[in-house]
Parts: sequence; C-alpha cells; structure tokens
Amino acid sequence: MASITILDPTNESKPATRELLQRPGSISGHTIGLLDISKPRGNVFLDRLEERLTERGAKVLRFAKPTFTKPAPVDLRHEISTQCTLVIEALAD
Amino acid sequence: MARTAPVLPEGLVVVVKRECATCQMVDPVLAELAATNIPLTVYTQDDPSFPPSVISHHDADLSISWHYDIETVPTVLKIENGQEIDRTIGWSKENWRNITGVHTLGEELPDMRPGCGSMSVDPDIVDALRARFTDSPVISRTIEFSTAEDEFEAMYARGWTDGLPVIPPTRERVLKMLTGTTRHPQDVVALCPPDLVELTIEKIAINAVMAGCLPEYLPWVIAALEAVCNDEFNMHGVLATTMPVGPVIVCNGPGTRAIGMNSGINTFGQGNRANNTIGRAVQLTVRNVGGGRPGEVDRATHGNPGKITFCFAEDEERSPFTPLSVERGVPQGVNAVTVFAGEGPRCVVDQLARTADELVNSYVACLLTVHHPKLVIGFDAILTVSPDHGRVFAEAGWTREKLIEEVTQRSLRPGTDLVRGAHGMAEGVPPHLESATLPKFRPGGLLVTYAGGGAGLFSSIVAGWANGKIGSDPVTRVVTA
Repeated sequence: MASITILDPTNESKPATRELLQRPGSISGHTIGLLDISKPRGNVFLDRLEERLTERGAKVLRFAKPTFTKPAPVDLRHEISTQCTLVIEALAD
Repeated sequence: MARTAPVLPEGLVVVVKRECATCQMVDPVLAELAATNIPLTVYTQDDPSFPPSVISHHDADLSISWHYDIETVPTVLKIENGQEIDRTIGWSKENWRNITGVHTLGEELPDMRPGCGSMSVDPDIVDALRARFTDSPVISRTIEFSTAEDEFEAMYARGWTDGLPVIPPTRERVLKMLTGTTRHPQDVVALCPPDLVELTIEKIAINAVMAGCLPEYLPWVIAALEAVCNDEFNMHGVLATTMPVGPVIVCNGPGTRAIGMNSGINTFGQGNRANNTIGRAVQLTVRNVGGGRPGEVDRATHGNPGKITFCFAEDEERSPFTPLSVERGVPQGVNAVTVFAGEGPRCVVDQLARTADELVNSYVACLLTVHHPKLVIGFDAILTVSPDHGRVFAEAGWTREKLIEEVTQRSLRPGTDLVRGAHGMAEGVPPHLESATLPKFRPGGLLVTYAGGGAGLFSSIVAGWANGKIGSDPVTRVVTA
C-alpha cells in the first residue's frame, strides 16, 4: 500500500498528528501489558520491569509477538487492548 | 493560477505525439520546414525519437503542453518576441502555409486532416497535471498517512466520517472538485456552526470530495451550506436539540435535471449520486469544519437516518403546483435550495379518495399528528405530494395556495381540545389558549413539494423542529456557479 497525502477536511484546530493520551498519575491499580517483541534478552528486561511494577501495585500481564520483524497480529493487539489499561513495549538486544 | 510558463523559443513551435496518425503524416512537412531558415522547434509528447525527420524535444512532463493549452496534436504555434501570435491545430494545408509563410508546404498531403487529442488533456492524467502545474490557492494542511495505514480506516479513526467510508480528499481530487465553481477557494461562505469557524470554498470542496460529489454538484453544496449557516436556520440549534431533525434539502430549478438529480421513484431513498452526496457533503462539512458531532454538540435522542443525507429535487416539469423556490421568492427557472430542519419522512396512505375534498381531509388527519395531535403552530412540515395524488388536485384545479388554505381551515381546532390535560393527555397548548381556535400550522409553516414515482396513492410528510425565533426557519438560497 503506497502512502497517501490528503488535505485536512477539518478546521485544523487539532494537531495533525494524533494526540498522546494523558499520562496516568499513578500506576497503582492499572493492568499493565508487557509486550515482548521477541528480540533476544527482551525477557530479561521485562522480568525486571514486572517486578518493579508489581511492587508499585500494578497487575502485570505478559504478551509476546511471534517475531520482531512483523507488526503484532490483530488478535494479539485486540487481546492487549481489551485486557490492559497500559502497555509497555520492550525492545532489546 | 498558472505558474510562470516555460518560455518558448522564437519562430515556429510544433507539438506532436507518435501515437497520432496525423502527426505521423506531417513528418515530411516538418522536414520541409527544417530545411528552410525559419527557426523550428518540435516538442514530442510521447516518444522522444519521434518524429523521425527532425530533432525534437521531449515534453516529458507535459509542461509545455499544459502551459500552452495544447488540446490537439499537431499544434503549430508562431512565437514572436516571446509571445504567441498565431496557432493552428490538426493538419490544414492552407493554415499551415499561412502560419509558416511557406506556400508550397505539404504539396503531397491532403488538404485537411483533423488532429488527435493532446496527452495533456487525457482525462486519466489531467487532474495530476493540474495539481502539478497550478499554483493553487489551496492552503489546507496536508496529512500523510503512513504506508502501513489503510487510509479509509485512518479517516474513520480520526473522526472525519459519518460512519460510512469517505473518498480520500487528495490534492488532485480537491482541485478537480474546485473546477465546479468559479468562486475562489479562500472565499468565506459563512461562519460554520457550532464552532463558528470561517467556512471556505476549499474546505467545502474537500468535504464534497469525501462525500462522493462530482464537481458539478459543488455549487449546490455551497448554496445549501450558505442556507444552513445563519441565525434563521440555526444549525447550532438543529444539532444541539434532542429532537430527531437535520437539514432536509429541497432542490429546484433546471440545474436539478442537468446534474441528474432524482425527483421520481425513490426520491428520498438510496441510489442517486447527486441527491445523496449533496446532502452528505453538507453534513460532513458541518461535522468536520463546524465540529458538529453526535454525542458532543449533537444531542439527538434518536436522530434519524436522514442525518447522513436527506436531499431531493422537486419534479417541476410534472407538478401541478408552482415550485417551492418560486413560492419562496426565487424567479422561475433559477436554481435554488431550500433547507428545512426535518425528521424522517412518513407515509400518508389514501388509495380511495378520488376528489380533492376527500384527499385533503386525509392529509389534514395525518398532518394533525405531526409531533403530537395537541401541539399546534410550533412545528412546520414539508408535505410531498406524489404524482398519483397530485393528479387529483390538478383535475380539481387546486393550486398550492388553495391546498394550503384548505389544510389551514380544516385543521382548525378549539383550544378546549388542545389544552394541556384535555382528552386525558398532559401534553398540549398552554391554558391561556383554551378559548382560542387554532390551525395546525403557522402561516408559511406548511411547505408543499411535488416529487415521487409515478405509481402509488401515497404522499409524504416530513415534520420539522421548533420554528421561529426559538428554533429554525426554512431558508432558501439561489445556487450560483
């Protein structure tokens, strides 16, 4: 699919790029998904993150992409979006 | 709007393409000219090695052809002091001899042969050329979707659609849309509710592309937006109300037929591009430029499917009545739109009435139920008479005025029937009207139109929103190119 450029149909009062969501004030009580993109030793980083996040009151769920070379499958993204309130995607090497 | 055109060399300039048989035929003529001392420059549109007898320049990006409005090949231009002073198109022995001054030119050739279409007017590429070579005053921010994004999904995700797919408004498509009007892209048409943003022709064109309009629909979209974006129509209120209304657009004038609008079978329904995309473009513009979105300013309890689009034309040629636009002060034969804050249409069935007297009684019985049988004066309505019903009035010699007068008189009800609490219904008119006698509609509150398929003893009612200063008044605007 080639990239496509279009003219903005709106009154341009919002930024052209999608806005980031507000950062949560605290992670306590959130369900945080940790997505391992399947690069070597990403799990080491995520294991440590899980420890630290759990200490601070978050519930942690672990996910992994089949391969780092391709986008996450639709089902996996859906699973994460329905189960988690926050997500951390880990890159490692 | 054109950028500075490339400068043509002095003398004769000929534009050709290999694919054209007439261009191939004039190859020996070009050789004859090259042998004279007249400066000659040949531009070829397709094959750089063409024509075989002379050295040519390749107009690879069609810049020369575009800027000099070459519509036919071959074209011969005569340039003096940088200015075009003459041109001839196709092959005409006489014209070529006159423009070149070589009076023996092309002795062997026939007197005349028409040329072929220039590549620069090929419908498949003309939009891209217009975008490339036009210093257009289109100034909207550009947004690039990444290669991984599906543009249709991306436009939905950004909240730009009515829930149905929209056409991506590329610069090429928007510039093509703008050819539908003579107005400047930065002309401000109105302040668009609810955010009261300056609404330009360019923003309308972008949303018209998204809605699926053809360029010839654009003047109708512009007129309809002029009609809804003002205090009389009160688009802000029409959005904000919890009642199920949206702009219903009635189109009049010969232009409705020229752009292929449907005033016949299924006139309110699906299937006709002009009807559906004009109404949709108005709604998309209000949504995207004005910021009028359901759940935000739009607070409708139920809404109605016509809030995606509701636009139709009157069948003026068959109508026994004067057109609605004429009734509202526009000269006969002038294109116009009338906007009405209306809900979805409902059917009036009367398959047995054979006289105007019987039929109008059925109309009144149904019209009395608009919003509530005990609420009067405060709501307007559109009555759309079908051809089968229209014939009954035509045979009786009833005009629009007569029909409206009969509805008014026959809808009169005593306040005792209408007042709050009467007939065991809390809803009704305020107590001080108990001794009054009231018609269903205020003067001018019933808009009679004529449309529909040729079979069906049915008419149709579109009920309105609160009228007058507290609500919305119908607004009519002339459509201009």
